[in-house]
Amino acid sequence: MYVYDEFDEKFVRERVRQFRGQVEKRIDGSLTEDEFKPLRLMNGLYLQLHAYMLRVAIPYGTLDSRQMRQLALIADKWDKGYGHFTTRQNIQYNWPKLKDVPDILDALADVSMHAIQTSGNCIRNVTADHFAGAAADEIEDPRPTAELLRQWSTDHPEFQFLPRKFKIAISGAPNDRAVTKAHDIGVRMVSNDAGEPGYEIIVGGGLGRTPMVGKVIREFLPKAELLPYLEAILQVYNLRGRRDNKYKARIKILVHEAGLEEIKSAVEVAYERIKPEFQRPSDELVARIAQFFEPPQFNNVQTTAFEQEIDKNPALRSFVETNVAEHRNPAYGIVTISLKPVGGTPGDATSEQMRVVADLAEQYGHDELRISHEQNIVLPHVRKADIPAIYQALKEVGLATANIGLISDIIACPGMDYCALATARSIPIAQEISTRFSELKLEHEIGEMKIKISGCINACGHHHVGHIGILGLDKAGVENYQITLGGDATETMALGERAGPGFAADELIPALERLINAYLEIREGSEETFLQSYRRLGSNPFVAALYPEAERNAA
Amino acid sequence: MARAFTPKMLTANDLFDGDVIYMTASGEWSRHLSDVAIFEEEAAANAALSEANQQHDRLIGPYLVDARYSADGTPEATHFREEFRSRGPSNYPHGKQTEA
Repeated sequence: MYVYDEFDEKFVRERVRQFRGQVEKRIDGSLTEDEFKPLRLMNGLYLQLHAYMLRVAIPYGTLDSRQMRQLALIADKWDKGYGHFTTRQNIQYNWPKLKDVPDILDALADVSMHAIQTSGNCIRNVTADHFAGAAADEIEDPRPTAELLRQWSTDHPEFQFLPRKFKIAISGAPNDRAVTKAHDIGVRMVSNDAGEPGYEIIVGGGLGRTPMVGKVIREFLPKAELLPYLEAILQVYNLRGRRDNKYKARIKILVHEAGLEEIKSAVEVAYERIKPEFQRPSDELVARIAQFFEPPQFNNVQTTAFEQEIDKNPALRSFVETNVAEHRNPAYGIVTISLKPVGGTPGDATSEQMRVVADLAEQYGHDELRISHEQNIVLPHVRKADIPAIYQALKEVGLATANIGLISDIIACPGMDYCALATARSIPIAQEISTRFSELKLEHEIGEMKIKISGCINACGHHHVGHIGILGLDKAGVENYQITLGGDATETMALGERAGPGFAADELIPALERLINAYLEIREGSEETFLQSYRRLGSNPFVAALYPEAERNAA
Repeated sequence: MARAFTPKMLTANDLFDGDVIYMTASGEWSRHLSDVAIFEEEAAANAALSEANQQHDRLIGPYLVDARYSADGTPEATHFREEFRSRGPSNYPHGKQTEA
């Protein structure tokens, strides 16, 4: 875990102090909403449908037990006893009172956390692979780089008023779990022919109303060149990105309109100019950051007892098969704790659940926790021998759902239950899908399936890259849901294709059932996933299942 | 051609806790949709909105939105978004629906 130095601590405390004064001025009427709004947004405070919402950054999704307990305390003391984990590895509180927000921010600062740059047209919280430092397939832990990017981008004087928000994701493994191709900048750790470590830089990806797959702008960038090169990209974007139209202001539009080659050469020109004078981070700083991400002292123990436990307990076996991923140390596993109980709200955790998870991290997990962009919590380093005890403890607080990567492990944005921008609700759809497919007991039979739901075209629920994507719209005053098929969020990223006209809320679940049944019938054996079937067969059989009427009419 | 005026209510969010508020016939703010005044005249609706726009020290983002009287004479929203605002989220018993 990165530990704040004196500068970080002072900076965060000073921002809380400033915001406390701003809130006081707003409450006593000396600041109007127009004056206050940009100030509150700079500190992560939004106004939603029913209340304020505070978005707290969890840098690159990493936190420890002390921080998780503090998030639980905030939920109890100033909110309604729960928090919502988001697709950007943040946590959102849905019911804070304006006067309490400075106290909440102070409580966050007590555990080296904040809500800075979780909103506004700046570089947002840098996200990373949630298995960073633990995954068996990893080239290198991306978090020291993510922390360097955090320090570079926090309060960067030149990039506080970009044309639009700017999101960076970083992955250290060939299997992309950080959706790097759907970010303004994606950073992937690679090595060149000489075996030297460096980065592949992807630019101009994004979802939202104009979804784009990011393009490689630099195949290999030496590690030491990352900050000046990204500074060059941001400079080009800051100058050339459109400010006349909010909907065309992201860097993806600039790259699309100008063309990759032109942007690439503009970036190279800026980079050459910046290079000589750019103050690179000192070796001391890089070393200081790196030390906080040293792997824990692994304590290998025999796993024979673990194998025996699994053989005795089918529920535990199912949990292990579904929720435990391969760790770089064979005696260890990566446990993903599902925040998608049957019929529950994706990404929500109660304060009690947060405390249990914190205790487990402390007792069994080298005090490390991660939040995934798929809205689950990860214990990245646990001994396999301890998994039965962890499973038991999770079960007692409703956190042992064995569904990671399955049809009920749904990403859903808050939708019109909370969000002021939404055009329809997302959460009830997710609840209905998980309830229905649990009743059908088909979940494990269906296998790998990513359903992603957004309540408006801004696509916070990543619907474009869901194997099945669902987009909630307002169609003449009624909630209506469009389905996209064949999306993929990984290194083989693809944008889903719209299947046809949308469905009313009560038609949607039967339509999905038809779709899934069609897949189960036409797949080549149980090993072929939905996405593989879709790629092999194209959209026709799936569209036909969704719209049997059209099929009959055409016949 | 300008669209014909349809009856409107005036709503906003409370400055201190963000809760949804409605303007009543006496010009006060209420937390309940059942108390809202419905403007049948465009000029009166716009005048109320201008007035609300001055009340920086107690509310945020006032706006006019379609509303009507139900069969039993109580005000109701015509759009589902306003219906949700008048109740609270559907996944938990939070917000107005529990405070009634």
